[in-house]
Amino acid sequence: MLRVTNLKCYYGRIMAIKGISLSVRQGELITLIGANGSGKSTLLEAICGILPTWKGEILFEEESLKGADPPRIVKKGISLVPEGRLVFPPLSVTDNLKLGAYTRFRQKKHTQIAEDLEMVKELFPILAERAAQPAGTLSGGEQQMLAIGRALMSHPRLLALDEPSMGLAPLMVEKILDTLLLLKQQGLTILLVEQNAQAALKIADRAYVLETGKIVLQGPARDLLSDVEVKRAYLGKDYEEFYDGRE
Amino acid sequence: MSIPKILIYGFFVTAVLLIGYFVENYYYLQVLTFIGINTLLALGLNMLMGYAGQISLGHGAFYGIGAYTTAILTVNYQFSPWLSLPCAILLAVTVAFLVGLPTLKLSGYYLGMGTLGFGMIAFIIFREWTSLTGGASGFVGIPSLEAGFISFSSARNYFFLVWAVVLINLIVCGRMIQSRMGRALRAIHDSEKAAMAVGINTMHLKLQIFVFSAAVGALAGFLYAHYISFISPGTFDFLASVRMVTMVVIGGMASIWGALLGAALLTLLPEWLHAFADFEMIVYGLIMMIVMILLPRGLTRGLLDLYEKAGEGTGKGHDN
Repeated sequence: MLRVTNLKCYYGRIMAIKGISLSVRQGELITLIGANGSGKSTLLEAICGILPTWKGEILFEEESLKGADPPRIVKKGISLVPEGRLVFPPLSVTDNLKLGAYTRFRQKKHTQIAEDLEMVKELFPILAERAAQPAGTLSGGEQQMLAIGRALMSHPRLLALDEPSMGLAPLMVEKILDTLLLLKQQGLTILLVEQNAQAALKIADRAYVLETGKIVLQGPARDLLSDVEVKRAYLGKDYEEFYDGRE
Repeated sequence: MSIPKILIYGFFVTAVLLIGYFVENYYYLQVLTFIGINTLLALGLNMLMGYAGQISLGHGAFYGIGAYTTAILTVNYQFSPWLSLPCAILLAVTVAFLVGLPTLKLSGYYLGMGTLGFGMIAFIIFREWTSLTGGASGFVGIPSLEAGFISFSSARNYFFLVWAVVLINLIVCGRMIQSRMGRALRAIHDSEKAAMAVGINTMHLKLQIFVFSAAVGALAGFLYAHYISFISPGTFDFLASVRMVTMVVIGGMASIWGALLGAALLTLLPEWLHAFADFEMIVYGLIMMIVMILLPRGLTRGLLDLYEKAGEGTGKGHDN
């Protein structure tokens, strides 16, 4: 479905991603893990067109994304849940969700959009409860749900998430990841970027481990979960020790 | 439109009609007409600043383009004013497009600087292109408006014309911000990155709203020129642009009624303060400072807050 070949990204003259290749197949839940500065977010921004200065090739359903701007990529069916949620705080929850369907409004799909709104509110009942509230008054976890709901409103075939667990309580992380599993069962393809490797590996089919702009490890998530390399690659120490008292 | 909204607009129309019929004093009508013209300016700029979050310190230029285009076309080329109006708006729109294309890539202070430069260039053109604009001594003899039997040369009729245009613009802007476009504008205000992530073409939309506010500015310039029948570059200088920004901020960002309040206050204050003679500007500045300190979110939001607080005090407030 998505095929990235020898991707290189630059910030000015600094190369943040140094030739990455990866693939996501239809219906898979793929996770990309790595420490701060390993290039995870950069990779997602390149795929979603927010960072247009990349070299190499990104193919989505056999079509190149070279030169496509974010609106076109959203229309093609890739939707991003950005890092740090980035909901629109003064706008109501409903308006935030409607913004997710921004590219679809012109196509006269109002009834379908209303249905999707119901679907998202069913998926996250708390959003229905808070529909008229400004998004800024929601808790971190609720905002994350809103950000995911907003991304779903564009009817994506590939959902890309950038650290959805950031700054959330473990219970909330579990809830969010459970939702992702549910979405996967409904047929959605998911690309999950995470720092919380253990949690991500538990639900993913396959995983890639990034280190300073390169893929150092890849394989079935189950195998990586017990791999020492993973621990070394981005924790620098045993993660049991790292997570001691946190989970 | 919802019922409270119809009530508000109904109240607005009634107020305009009552004032128009019962105010006989020529001076009052003139001041009220100026409030209307300034409301248009603030309204257009508020769409850009209050909603999309893009500052412009050069909007006086569009006001001037509207006024000078119609002046030159009607006086030098004997155009009908109703024909020069679309020309004025078209020119403002074209200029806004050409200026917006490079400058809207900037943001924050840099966008302010960019538009400031544009405003200054426009002012210098108004002042120095003497053969066309009359230069510093101004442009005289702009005809007044008429439509069929109605002549707008009387102060009262012009008052009605201006406020009818204001009403139409209030409704248009009100509809715009309730639409998909309005949501997208507020999204850009909060975070351009997130706006892009949901598929909004931010550059395109910023340009659209910049062009729209330029068109409203040119419309206000057109109404001003045909009302006063004399224009000079000083009306469209840097201070005019700053005054427009002040109206938006004092009135309340992101509120169409704020534009009305801000324009009213900034038009009325200098008139009231004549009594202070030499101290006029000092008192004017002090009032601005006090308003901003006490009501930092502008008059509209500030008054609403006061109302809600008063409601709580008497136990009649809202639950949240």
